[in-house]
Amino acid sequence: MYRYDEYDQQIVNERVDQYRDQVRRRLSGELTEQEFLPLRLQNGLYMQIHGYMLRIAVPYGFISSKQMRMFAHIARKYDRGYGHFTTRQNIQFNWLKLEDTPDILAELASVEMHAIQTSGNCVRNITSDEFAGVAQDEVVDPRPYAEILRQWSTFHPEFAYLPRKFKIAISGGKEDRAAIYAHDIGLSVTKNAQGEVGFRVLVGGGLGRTPIIGVEICEFVPWQHILTYVESILRIYNQYGRRDNKYKARIKILVKALGIDEFKRQVEADWADLKEGPGTLTIEEVNRVASFFTDPAYETLTDHDSALNEFKADSRSFSNWMMRNVKPHRVPGYAIVVLSLKKPGDAPGDATAEQMEAIADLADRYSFGELRITHKQNLVLADVKQQDLIRLWQEATEYEVASPNIGLLTDMISCPGAEFCTLANARSIPLAKSIAKRFEDLDFQHDIGEISINISGCVNACGQHHIGNIGITGVEKKDHDEWYQVSLGGAEGNHSSLSKILGPSFTFNQVPEVIDRILQVYLRERVEAESFIDTVRRIGHAPFKEHVYATDFDVEEEEVIDKHVVTSAQYSVPFYSPRF
Amino acid sequence: MISMWLLLLNIQCLFIPQGSNKMIIRNNAITEDDWIVLRLGEQESAEDITVAAGKVIVPLKVWLAQRDALQQRHEIGVWLASDERPEDLKGDIEKFSVIAVDFPKFSDGRGYSIAYNLRARLGYTGELRAIGDVLRDQLFYMRRVGFDAFAPRPDRKIEDALKGLTDFSEVYQTSFDQKLPLFRRVQLKGNSPAGLVNE
Repeated sequence: MYRYDEYDQQIVNERVDQYRDQVRRRLSGELTEQEFLPLRLQNGLYMQIHGYMLRIAVPYGFISSKQMRMFAHIARKYDRGYGHFTTRQNIQFNWLKLEDTPDILAELASVEMHAIQTSGNCVRNITSDEFAGVAQDEVVDPRPYAEILRQWSTFHPEFAYLPRKFKIAISGGKEDRAAIYAHDIGLSVTKNAQGEVGFRVLVGGGLGRTPIIGVEICEFVPWQHILTYVESILRIYNQYGRRDNKYKARIKILVKALGIDEFKRQVEADWADLKEGPGTLTIEEVNRVASFFTDPAYETLTDHDSALNEFKADSRSFSNWMMRNVKPHRVPGYAIVVLSLKKPGDAPGDATAEQMEAIADLADRYSFGELRITHKQNLVLADVKQQDLIRLWQEATEYEVASPNIGLLTDMISCPGAEFCTLANARSIPLAKSIAKRFEDLDFQHDIGEISINISGCVNACGQHHIGNIGITGVEKKDHDEWYQVSLGGAEGNHSSLSKILGPSFTFNQVPEVIDRILQVYLRERVEAESFIDTVRRIGHAPFKEHVYATDFDVEEEEVIDKHVVTSAQYSVPFYSPRF
Repeated sequence: MISMWLLLLNIQCLFIPQGSNKMIIRNNAITEDDWIVLRLGEQESAEDITVAAGKVIVPLKVWLAQRDALQQRHEIGVWLASDERPEDLKGDIEKFSVIAVDFPKFSDGRGYSIAYNLRARLGYTGELRAIGDVLRDQLFYMRRVGFDAFAPRPDRKIEDALKGLTDFSEVYQTSFDQKLPLFRRVQLKGNSPAGLVNE
């Protein structure tokens, strides 16, 4: 993985000093909260319900075991013993004190990490394919370009105060695993007929209040020109993106308003004098960065391991895990392993300090000391010898990160929700737990097969509900501020689509029953091995809607006195709120 | 909506003290400054306003309306609002002793691209000044895109603002101040060994 040189380290160290001084000025009253706000946000620090939340950047989701141990250390020393992995391949700590945050950043800098631009109206952390470098369908490894883009976007002087946040995703496989259609800029690194590397560039995708699938602005930008091309897109957006209404400020609104042809014309007019300029990438720089992403010392092995097959026959739990959590690797004898952070009953994406340390040990023992964070809030060991899978599974089981549910119903995406976030209407995590409990039965989950349920606490869509096969969003109505809207038919990847709302909203306790009814229709209507999303696409919304609303719901709602109180059973920590 | 604008205008007026001999940062140092920034009041129009004698930085609208008279002056400045286009000054660039760009609030980042375009595309070489809601933590970025003068908000210590110019000693990407990105500069020097700094 990429390692800092003296320049990278110096820039991050200077950021720590700059931020430490900003915090000092805030604490002394020299900066008002309003003035401090954009400064702390550009460092990933939010003021939430119970205290400060810090979002740490994990560039394109790649970390070393050493960095994972640092997360464990931060969780113990400054937080409440756990962290939350996010849909943007980052990690968040929810219970911090403002005065501790400069020290946390200094500790992070010691392991080549930071929280730069993880929030605010700037270019955010670049996300990528969690299977980059090991996927069988990879055309070009996206990681060197992701790192080059990370450096280019870090403290870009012109684009720190954009109309709104700006997210770039990059993928290099035939199958898109980075949701590039749902980003402000989506990049697919590929090869043309002559075998030259370049980028298919999508623009104007995004979720939030106005979900839009990105459109192609250029079919092929040669690799040398990608930085300047992205610069021109950002310059047009910075100048003409709307600033009068924060809900219409994303680039997708500008692209829609101008039309893709006019937007492209403006971008390429701006690009004309940059195109061959000094911002053009050099092969030396690409090679330098790519040299950090060369193959680890793979052994020469073969794919078929008889011990594995025997054990699979003996243990159903293991064969389920093999089926769901182990993915094919491009090198014979190796496998990609997804560690599930979706144990039913736990908060999706959460890991305790003990789990983080155990996972770091697993990475050291079985996967060259490296890990990846997925945008579905799980962790990946990318280079595991197939002959180690049994031992790895046993150890992962011990630390409860081996739920055999990747891609299944209980592998839900969820934002932190109303317990933590001031914006949320929905109690996302308790809802995820409640759904997981109802459908815990593994045989049932395996029978349903591939399905994605994405939960967002509010319209801002941090849980990416628009691209879930079933999306759930917290909404408010006049009489009550906690309703759950259910939508159907979303998908990510090469066949991305946005879900459509099923009908009137539901109460918290009705949602699991709604999902049950939706699944009943699927089981009734599916043909052969048709997946859930394919059935929805074939038969449309009507049969689902009809069945879901056909009969009354026989559920009772318990009174929620304060939805912002964390259901803390998972972590034996007392609830307290420094803010109120 | 109109009342919002009035409120904004009022706030802006607070930032700009009337009178002369205020201090600004120019070329990395605190210096006295005797330019007056003219802002149109609600009742005033670009055509009819009388531009006082002396060193005045006029709004773009006033420049465009009174161009013939104003360009006779020995010294004149112009300022752009964040929603105005620097291309409107094309052909006139040489006439100004100072061009200012207004930041109505520090989160409005259009001024950075205006500055970049003035310098890199329109070839402006004179004083480029940031005015309005200008605070210490923006100064490093502002200088990178081409500003060389800053009128920090008068309710803050200008000495503190000056410190903002030295937050970082190295930058990755090219902008107006740095014609070569870090990777080209490092290549010219020969790459330093990466990954060894923390071993």
